Amino acid sequence: MAKRVAIVGTGQTFHKSHRPDVNGQELINEAVRAALADSGLKMDDIDAVIIGNMDHFEGINYVDCWSVDGSGATMKPIFKITTGGTTGCTIAIGGYHLVASGAFDRVLVIGWEKNSESDTSGAITTAFDPVWDRLVFAGAISGLAAEAQAYMARYGATDKDGARVSVRDRKHALNNPHAQLRKEVTLDEVLASPMLADPIHLLDVCPRTDGACAVIMASEDVAEKICKSPDWIWGTGNRHPYAYLGDADYGRLTSMKRASTEIFKKAGIKEPRKQINVIELYQPYSFAGIIWIEDMGIVEPGKGAEYIGSGATDMGGELPINPSGGVISCNPIGATGLIRCAEAAMQVMGKAEGRQVPDVNFAVSTGFGGCWWTDMVLHGKKKPNY
Amino acid sequence: MAEKEYIVIESGEAAQPFDYAVGMHGSKFFTELRDNKKLMGVRCPKCKMVYIPPRGVCGPCFEEMKDFVEVGPGGVIGTYTILRFAFIDPETGQQKPVPYGYGFIKLDGADTLFQHYIDIVDEKKIKVGARVEAVFADERKGTIRDILYFRVID
Repeated sequence: MAKRVAIVGTGQTFHKSHRPDVNGQELINEAVRAALADSGLKMDDIDAVIIGNMDHFEGINYVDCWSVDGSGATMKPIFKITTGGTTGCTIAIGGYHLVASGAFDRVLVIGWEKNSESDTSGAITTAFDPVWDRLVFAGAISGLAAEAQAYMARYGATDKDGARVSVRDRKHALNNPHAQLRKEVTLDEVLASPMLADPIHLLDVCPRTDGACAVIMASEDVAEKICKSPDWIWGTGNRHPYAYLGDADYGRLTSMKRASTEIFKKAGIKEPRKQINVIELYQPYSFAGIIWIEDMGIVEPGKGAEYIGSGATDMGGELPINPSGGVISCNPIGATGLIRCAEAAMQVMGKAEGRQVPDVNFAVSTGFGGCWWTDMVLHGKKKPNY
Repeated sequence: MAEKEYIVIESGEAAQPFDYAVGMHGSKFFTELRDNKKLMGVRCPKCKMVYIPPRGVCGPCFEEMKDFVEVGPGGVIGTYTILRFAFIDPETGQQKPVPYGYGFIKLDGADTLFQHYIDIVDEKKIKVGARVEAVFADERKGTIRDILYFRVID
């Protein structure tokens, strides 16, 4: 029988476009220290470490080895996991598995990236098949633009519908001192910003960021001794659907549908829109804010734009999405998924300060990878009844 | 006291060439493309899906695939975008020339989409569902560039 697992502390850097004042190891250390302080633990209390990023952004492999001074993993078990854009969420799932297995009681999970150190689109392209997929591929934006075009052709959405999502997330970021971009944008500003790849404008997409995030997970045997009201992990899901870029069903995120269906069934969530109180969605561009909540089962296919436009996902609405400002406001890629997890945990623990959603019982955090992958975590205030 | 100075070290010119094996299925595709201007897919014996690029295993069925079938060279645009921003192309180390049409082509007879350039001489014609055909290079070497691009024929 697996142990129940809770998040007992989180830490983040103050994310910026460029941090020349720290190298990777020092950046990682900032997040680790913050998470230890938040949980009241010392590095000696940590039994194992999981770390992840996307090596090709820095061109340096094996962060599990070269960062041990900063990560605190010297002479401890450390495991590296990297799954592209989903990395930050996959390391959270990996931490959950380690603790649930009973092998370790307290696991430190670290995601980080220094995206300032290379050309992000060029580096992402190296994640794709050199023979078949690289000729025309242009990093994340090209694939996302193709998704948006397919969705618009199928459901009749417009670029204004996408822009509304950017307006929401950039407004929410004003409440988050850790976010990189903290300046409101208007619908007109989004639509007037340079066209990168039709229909995606500059202000529809995420920036690139230097930043790190750390999360501490503990087993049910020790969690409540560390933290009076921890964030309990109710379920995790992880779906990778295809081999080549052309294999995907453009306009639908099948992996999100599969992962969310599995988790909600396990937790007995029948009406996610009513039972989930907040979502931290790994949403690298605006249109995903419409499309992927349909795949998550929040609204019917084709109804996402109307739901977003109603204000239901704004702070104070029925189901706030991305109180942190989301990925459009901040994107240190290997940390991004773990920031979603940490922000969801903070919402459940009542530690989200100026971006707190009241009375959070269930929260969802997700990870997305450019290959149409979904990783997902369901967080809850109560200890799972299974 | 002077402002702190933070040093950033550039890697300088760096190159790391690779030699990629394309396997039995890839070799079949590229020899047919080079010698006969034919596009070959492969069919799963179980679910009957026709895959392009051809590959050894159908992922969902986990079945071995050997049944090659010719697909295209005509098809329709499954989805697309027009790239308008410049970035470093890791294939060349240079800025990629923009704008260019980026297509996912649903080739006749195939069930998956095939990525390639779309000619954007007339942008208004580029739409999901528009009919296209492959334009081949005169001198073909057995690479994906033996197709120059797809053009709209509607």
